[in-house]
Amino acid sequence: MTTDFYRRDRAQHPAPYAPGYKSTVLRAPFRPLHALEQTALDKTGPALGHAPLGPLDHDLIRNAATTGDALGERIYVFGRVLDENGRPVPNALIEVWQANAAGRYAHVRDGYLAPLDPNFSGCGRCVSDADGRYLFRTIKPGPYPWPNNGSDWRPAHIHLSIFGEAFAQRLITQLYFEGDPLIPLCPIVNTIADKSAVDRLVARLDLRNQEPFDCLAYRFDIVLRGRRQTHFENRPEGL
Amino acid sequence: MRDRLLETPSQTAGPYVHIGTAPQSIGRPPLINQPGPVIESNTGEAIVIEGTVLDGAGAPVRDAMLEIWQADGLGRIGEFGLFGRTVADFSSGLFRFQSVRPGAHAQGHAPHVALLIFARGINIHLHTRIYFPQDLEAMEQDSDMKRLEPEARETLIAREAGRNEAGLPVYRFDIRLQGAGETVFFDI
Repeated sequence: MTTDFYRRDRAQHPAPYAPGYKSTVLRAPFRPLHALEQTALDKTGPALGHAPLGPLDHDLIRNAATTGDALGERIYVFGRVLDENGRPVPNALIEVWQANAAGRYAHVRDGYLAPLDPNFSGCGRCVSDADGRYLFRTIKPGPYPWPNNGSDWRPAHIHLSIFGEAFAQRLITQLYFEGDPLIPLCPIVNTIADKSAVDRLVARLDLRNQEPFDCLAYRFDIVLRGRRQTHFENRPEGL
Repeated sequence: MRDRLLETPSQTAGPYVHIGTAPQSIGRPPLINQPGPVIESNTGEAIVIEGTVLDGAGAPVRDAMLEIWQADGLGRIGEFGLFGRTVADFSSGLFRFQSVRPGAHAQGHAPHVALLIFARGINIHLHTRIYFPQDLEAMEQDSDMKRLEPEARETLIAREAGRNEAGLPVYRFDIRLQGAGETVFFDI
């Protein structure tokens, strides 16, 4: 496949320099990005989503358990990986990391006073199926304070790293949870100027897909860059 | 014509990126088929690429995660392409890959390594390229390199830095995020 990907619409993404999020001040490039044509290298990528994963990689409730299940609100996070043309992206590798239910990361650098959970590492992976569907099971992470403008608070969030079929599609993002009042107050969320773009980072409660008497479900669809199409190829399905 | 969907917005990888992408770097067991900093390939000369990501004050970015994607030593991509991932050292900020010097994967393009940089304070990953000093002639013919000012081009060329304990040639590639000598970052 040599077709180019659509150019990335930077207006849908956070500004690199966003002084409300202080860490960007010394880390955002001053010079504008230099636009290049895509080479064959950019239009291919590592086949990470074709390699087998561990049997519990998608289950953060159990994959680091020592004495029992991880503590917290049990949830599924599921959805589809699509491209900008609305086509499913199969074999996408999704890596996730998150804080525990108390808002603490199992990381040497996190000194928040909330307790660690001996049964939770906050690390998981899954791969999308032929229809682009993915699912993992975890606990809802807690919000936590961080030093920015004094003590700011992060809304509950899960970090996601996604590999599609090409390096040009590479994406790391964070999902938030419907109804969280901390979302509009978060300096990192607010690096995105377009509120409708922020809305696309919010996972929706989906009671129909719960596991009865076990686990709530949140739906989060992911859209990766798509390849340019001719109008002929872009006809509605079924015609 | 159908409406296009909008790409999911990026958010910073944050300071705890290691948990999900490099668990061994924080003392957790590696996962099955976990990509790492050492790429094995017998298709070319084994090399080390190392450097530091520096912020606008010249301080090392100690929480960076970096990924490379390149042709193999014979210039083959697709299923032969080589992928690696590493994280900056927590105290020095140094990052290191072991790979092979890439071959040219397309006419008119000098051999290069595609490099992505993720970190706290980087809201959407930065994309740059590593070129090698042996390929100066190919760079003269490279349409992408030709469009850059000489000072900008310099920021993309790794520097020969001797050999490591195992005798592998070391290439130094520092990344300046901001200000004097700022690395060229691409929109591809």
